[in-house]
Amino acid sequence: MKRALAAPIVNGLLIAAAAVTLFPLFWMVSTSLMPPGESTRFPPPLLPSHATLGNYRELFAHAGLGRYLANSVLLATVATLVSLVFNVSAGYAFAKLRFAGRDRIFKLLLGALVIPGQVAMVPLFLLLKHMGLVNSYGGVIVPAMASIFGIFLVRQYALSIPNELLEAARIDGASEFRIFRIIVVPLLKPIIVTLAVFTLLATWNDFMWPLIVLTDKDLYTLPVALASLSREHVQDDEMMMAGSVVTILPVLAVFLLLQRYYLQGLMAGGIKG
Amino acid sequence: MRGQRVAWWFVAPALAVIVVFFFLPVGAALLMSLTDFDIYALADIRNLRFVGLGNYILLVQTPLFWQAFGNTLYFVIVGVPLSIGVSLGTALLLNSKLARLKPLFRTALFAPVVTTLVAVAVIWRYLFNTRYGLLNYALSGVGFSPIDWLGDPHWAMPAIIVFAVWKNFGYNMIILLAGLQNIPEELYEAARLDGASAWQQLRYVTLPMLSPILLLVSILTIAGYFQLFAEPYVMTQGGPLQSTVSVLYFMYEEGFKWWNLGSASAVAFVLFLVIFAITALQLRYTRRPGGWT
Repeated sequence: MKRALAAPIVNGLLIAAAAVTLFPLFWMVSTSLMPPGESTRFPPPLLPSHATLGNYRELFAHAGLGRYLANSVLLATVATLVSLVFNVSAGYAFAKLRFAGRDRIFKLLLGALVIPGQVAMVPLFLLLKHMGLVNSYGGVIVPAMASIFGIFLVRQYALSIPNELLEAARIDGASEFRIFRIIVVPLLKPIIVTLAVFTLLATWNDFMWPLIVLTDKDLYTLPVALASLSREHVQDDEMMMAGSVVTILPVLAVFLLLQRYYLQGLMAGGIKG
Repeated sequence: MRGQRVAWWFVAPALAVIVVFFFLPVGAALLMSLTDFDIYALADIRNLRFVGLGNYILLVQTPLFWQAFGNTLYFVIVGVPLSIGVSLGTALLLNSKLARLKPLFRTALFAPVVTTLVAVAVIWRYLFNTRYGLLNYALSGVGFSPIDWLGDPHWAMPAIIVFAVWKNFGYNMIILLAGLQNIPEELYEAARLDGASAWQQLRYVTLPMLSPILLLVSILTIAGYFQLFAEPYVMTQGGPLQSTVSVLYFMYEEGFKWWNLGSASAVAFVLFLVIFAITALQLRYTRRPGGWT
């Protein structure tokens, strides 16, 4: 009797939880397709009376959304590529190469993980101002070019590379860079994809730092632009929802395509960390 | 020896970035918090003066700082247990042998984590609307009168907490789920042989086995929730009546609106020390034998 009820209860709860979780996203898409003013009727409609892409057209034509989208794509891509090169090579070296002070430096880095990034923000702003990078793409990219978390993630994974494999290549006379390129990178591919997804999502979604370092509207990323637009257009629900769709859709798509890597990385980082 | 030099080529770029753009600024922040760095010093560094602990003393006397601290504490104390509770509940459901379509549910429940905070905050701002928001409409269906979620100082922070829990619970859910899957099945079998009910299995097998991961999750979540910023920035702009000004929001305004950079650095350091102290306390408390559950 109890057993027979348990399965429907578990699955019913799961369906309810998923429905509550997904509803705001569903409502966002639905409202973004409504003609202006429709969502403020009472009772609030769930679906557009007739779907229109007008809000999107308006955003791209008059609110400069295309420009912000391009900024976001550019910044997230460049930051991800550069930080991948730096973090993967450093993570591998901390796992497999010998150099003076290696373990002490690594411990120091791990210890620094407890410092919230915001502590560095004020002096970082002054430093970048001094370097002429405030209010430029560089101001967003440069501090994101390496991360302790990224190095840590790669190191943990690279520890499992067998030393014999690297030694054999060295005996064959391969240089360290060649070994890295030909042997190590292919072996690290899963963790590289994981780190790429993490970094891409983190830079795309980042808000506080771009808000501080970018003052020129033409350089705004989508989140910064959306926050600014939503302060100006408080009444234009439908248009703001369209802006949210444009901001969220790319990251959601990346996640859905590569979620296996993302979730595995989360579990590995979470449990070992 | 050759190997040593080559190895440095691998670590030097990443280390250089981290030292120059993280360690250096953190050290500088400590020094700056001891100066009166403001808009005049920004124009001409000769206007800079050393003020010792002056910024910290001034901060302690600033009512808005205490309010920001209290608001943030409210957000952490209510938000973190709620958030972990929802994560644990959904992780238990997903781990149940009776659950179907697990990968589908897992993805659906995790989706808010990857969304852009600013964008979903904009969505929720409309869901919380007093007159035509869907939340009040749903509540009116069960007989509640409309709540001015983001306009009433008593409701603004609870509204932000609801939003934050929705946005974040999936992250801990995945970590807890991994922990649940690592608990050996034999433990449950043994418990069942001893006649343990489902509730007793949860209380005496699952939770104790999960406690190291629960500790980790609570440390990370508390640290994360103390860094509240974008939610009030987008949804309430710190209002109404400054009921949602957080420590970081205060720091942002102090530093990048009023350009009191010395004082803003002091705020950042206080926040860091608070997070650090709480983490240390948690580790200390739970290391005592029998300290956890």
